[in-house]
Amino acid sequence: MREAIDILDARRRQVHTKGSQPFQLDCEKHSVAGSVSQRACVFCGSRVVLYPITDALHLVHGPIGCAAYTWDIRGAQSSGSQLHRMSFSTDLREKDVIYGGEKKCEAALIELIGRYRPKAAFVYATCIVGLIGDDLEAVCRRVTAQTGVETIPVHSEGFAGSKKDGYTAACAALDRLVGTSESPPPDGPSINILGDFNIAGETWIIRDYYERMGVNVISTITGDGRVDDIRRAHQAQLNVVQCSGSMKGLARLMKQKYDIPFVHVSYFGLEDVSKALYDVAEQFNDPAMMQRTTQLVRDEISAVMPQLRRYRDALQGKKAAVYTGGAFKAFSLVRSLRTLGVQTVIAGSQTGNPQDYQQLESLCDDGTVLLDDTNPLELAKFIDQTGADLLIGGVKERPIAYKLGVAFCDHNHERKRCLAGYEGMVNFANEVYSSVCSPVWSLSPRKRHAPPVKRSIGPGPLVTADAGLPLNTKAPQCPTAATVPSAGSDSHACGVCQLKAHCSGLAAQETETA
Amino acid sequence: MTDQGSSFVATRNACKMCTPLGACLAFSGVEGCLPFLHGSQGCSTYIRRYLISHFREPMDIASSNFDEQSAIFGGQNNLSIGLRHVLESYRPKAVGIATTCLSETIGDDVSMFLNEFRNEQAGNADVSIPPLIHASTPSYHGSHFDGYTEAVAAIVDTLAEGGKRQADLVNILPGIVSPADLRHLREIVSDFGLTPVLTPDYSERLDGPPWQQYQRIPDGGTPIDMIRRCGTAAASIQLGDTPTGRTAAGILADKFDVPAMVLPMPIGVRASDQMFAALENISGRPTPKQHADERGRLVDSYIDAHKYIFGKCAIVFGDEDFVVSTVGFLAEIGIQTVLCGSGGQSGTLKASIDQIEMGPSEPPRVIEGVDFEDLTEAADDVHADLMIGHSKGYKLARQLGIPLVRIGLPVHDRFGASRLLHVGYRGTQQLFDRIVNTLLEQRQDISEMGYTYL
Repeated sequence: MREAIDILDARRRQVHTKGSQPFQLDCEKHSVAGSVSQRACVFCGSRVVLYPITDALHLVHGPIGCAAYTWDIRGAQSSGSQLHRMSFSTDLREKDVIYGGEKKCEAALIELIGRYRPKAAFVYATCIVGLIGDDLEAVCRRVTAQTGVETIPVHSEGFAGSKKDGYTAACAALDRLVGTSESPPPDGPSINILGDFNIAGETWIIRDYYERMGVNVISTITGDGRVDDIRRAHQAQLNVVQCSGSMKGLARLMKQKYDIPFVHVSYFGLEDVSKALYDVAEQFNDPAMMQRTTQLVRDEISAVMPQLRRYRDALQGKKAAVYTGGAFKAFSLVRSLRTLGVQTVIAGSQTGNPQDYQQLESLCDDGTVLLDDTNPLELAKFIDQTGADLLIGGVKERPIAYKLGVAFCDHNHERKRCLAGYEGMVNFANEVYSSVCSPVWSLSPRKRHAPPVKRSIGPGPLVTADAGLPLNTKAPQCPTAATVPSAGSDSHACGVCQLKAHCSGLAAQETETA
Repeated sequence: MTDQGSSFVATRNACKMCTPLGACLAFSGVEGCLPFLHGSQGCSTYIRRYLISHFREPMDIASSNFDEQSAIFGGQNNLSIGLRHVLESYRPKAVGIATTCLSETIGDDVSMFLNEFRNEQAGNADVSIPPLIHASTPSYHGSHFDGYTEAVAAIVDTLAEGGKRQADLVNILPGIVSPADLRHLREIVSDFGLTPVLTPDYSERLDGPPWQQYQRIPDGGTPIDMIRRCGTAAASIQLGDTPTGRTAAGILADKFDVPAMVLPMPIGVRASDQMFAALENISGRPTPKQHADERGRLVDSYIDAHKYIFGKCAIVFGDEDFVVSTVGFLAEIGIQTVLCGSGGQSGTLKASIDQIEMGPSEPPRVIEGVDFEDLTEAADDVHADLMIGHSKGYKLARQLGIPLVRIGLPVHDRFGASRLLHVGYRGTQQLFDRIVNTLLEQRQDISEMGYTYL
């Protein structure tokens, strides 16, 4: 460093090095002004959650920026309507700000609904709408009455909290739709998939796993989401919720209103996706389903382990920094990286809560730097200090890594490559490998004196199994391959990845059931 | 349908970005200057993300990060805390403070806040206050281009000083162009024996090398000392004639009597000729041989390629200055612009295009304040062979089954946006070659014979 980068006094308690002192990390605070937080705003939280509802109209009520910067930037795919990829804005002008934007909003809605015939419409309030006092509830009521298309306000004024509050606003908007259709429920076990956004088709992969287990998927909220499916989501017997906080609000509301239990899962990494499937199977208490799940997990892991082993050989001993939106993804990444022989030396999130960080700390090794709501200078400081070889984050974090000659893996919603499920884990390994083992780093000034990377997984396609691997699919010892991990199973070694304590923290995951 | 704006109340797939984005881009072109948005956290984060997708470089933008309290009681406290924090952590040589719709609507008096901040900090020996540049950029007023223009004006208004006229000093006010364009403009002016004050100049900061050590604020940018000398320049050359409202060239003319030359963006031979003529005038020297040679090769290539492209029809869109000059350039090579539009609403686009020498081409239909759905609907009425504009036009190009030649900002579906050269004879040459090759490639692709020789 030219000069050591100091941490602002106001942020010191949001940074912790594991093992240095008793664990304490402040979080869930408003970002420090002038800290160049990587966070966005309330509007962003709502927009990311509702965006993948493909047959709804999404109108951003405000000046043009909020709509322009969220136009078709995410990798959320649709199996049908592409309406969600359009960017609609009331594009408020000075006179609207002075005289109020209600009339313009109403006229825009009526015209857009007439033109695009959506199944429902969401209207997002941006900062300015909160200030000028437009009554969006009244506007939406009138538009619903006039058009017959349910029009729902989303109270997402940017300054009124954090991205998390945007999740809450989105869940409140969804809650208005759930339970409004009474088509007959399907026979047999049924779930809603919550909190997966179908980035690069991930929801389809997850859905396929559940269907192979014999579970009906009533709705996917919101990846490849459909308004009519969301309307009958209350018919499901279980909500399966991914992501740290974005959809937990809806799951809680549905628990209160319809007594639907929920489990909290992640689909990233072999261990977490396997646990997700087992947890769901366990909820239905059906030995045949558990048998099918065991077989599925076994088949999938057998298919991918040979490839993962080759990547691990190339990546063993590398060090990673992980900075995610929600903390839940960080847990999965720490575990996934371990599967690849990569140690996490920096871990943090934009929106983690105290329980999240407690769990993250317990997952990580001593010396790992934990960060809440960090910024480019701190990330650079700790990447330099820890000697991280890889940064996992989103587009905003990418230049920090590249300028320092450090590899990068995009794990955010703009990516166009599937990283969830078993095949996603192979893609993830390939993403990490492709960056960490690229020859370009040896030309970067900061790495100039490092020996060139000579770790190659060798020639040959990465889809064929390697017969020499010690993966024992007949007598698996690994809970990810055959049994459901029980509380307190933290300390045993894993038969698949042979890592000690890889299950630590799993038991602490929230499982709220009826 | 009116050619002033849209037939729809809503804007559908906007052909513009918001005012503060332009301001942040301009502030990034001043040495050691940190852009700072007075408003919600989301504004700075969204704009960072958007600009990173184009430039692929660090783009730190601070925020005063309003909460509900600041929205009700005003953002002075947040601004003051935010400024203290950026001075401590970034050690900037200047801070460029742009407002957002939020802080503008609640009526924050940012100039007063900044004065009070300076006074407050005056007694603090540990902190030296760098120039604080304030641009008023409510996003309900104008587009990113207006925000850029206003920020450049604010930079010059805050920093420029008068003094003895420097015959070799010339202010270049380039408009929103690429880092490669900025480097080329500097080179051209220097080759005339003149010293350019290119404001802003983000050519190094937004297209720089990897680092040995992390840089709080990346190197590069117009040196503040040079901007201070703006008022003593022999002339100001503003590239782009659509800006309305206050401009840096106008301020320098008013305050320091620096003659302002407002020229079109130099894309095409004739538009570039105007810039070179202006530089000949200021320097008293003929165009240096290497540039005259580039002009010669460009005209020669026009001749070599003219039959591949004559009579082709184009749709052009993007920032107004880009649109005006691109239409003029296409007219001089025999490509007819059938439709053009910009999300900008300066009100001068049509008039600027009307002044273009169209040659055998018919004047295009011009739509001001356009969005991509308007453009899509208007495209139904015309035949087009190619589109020229930024990445957001891809959806329409794909729908029409015609190629898109990418220029301007954002280009985030192709690599190397920072190195796209558009201006001067050399930039025109690159753009011309790209257009010709795009049309040749298309011709080859659709040919059943698959000719290897065209």
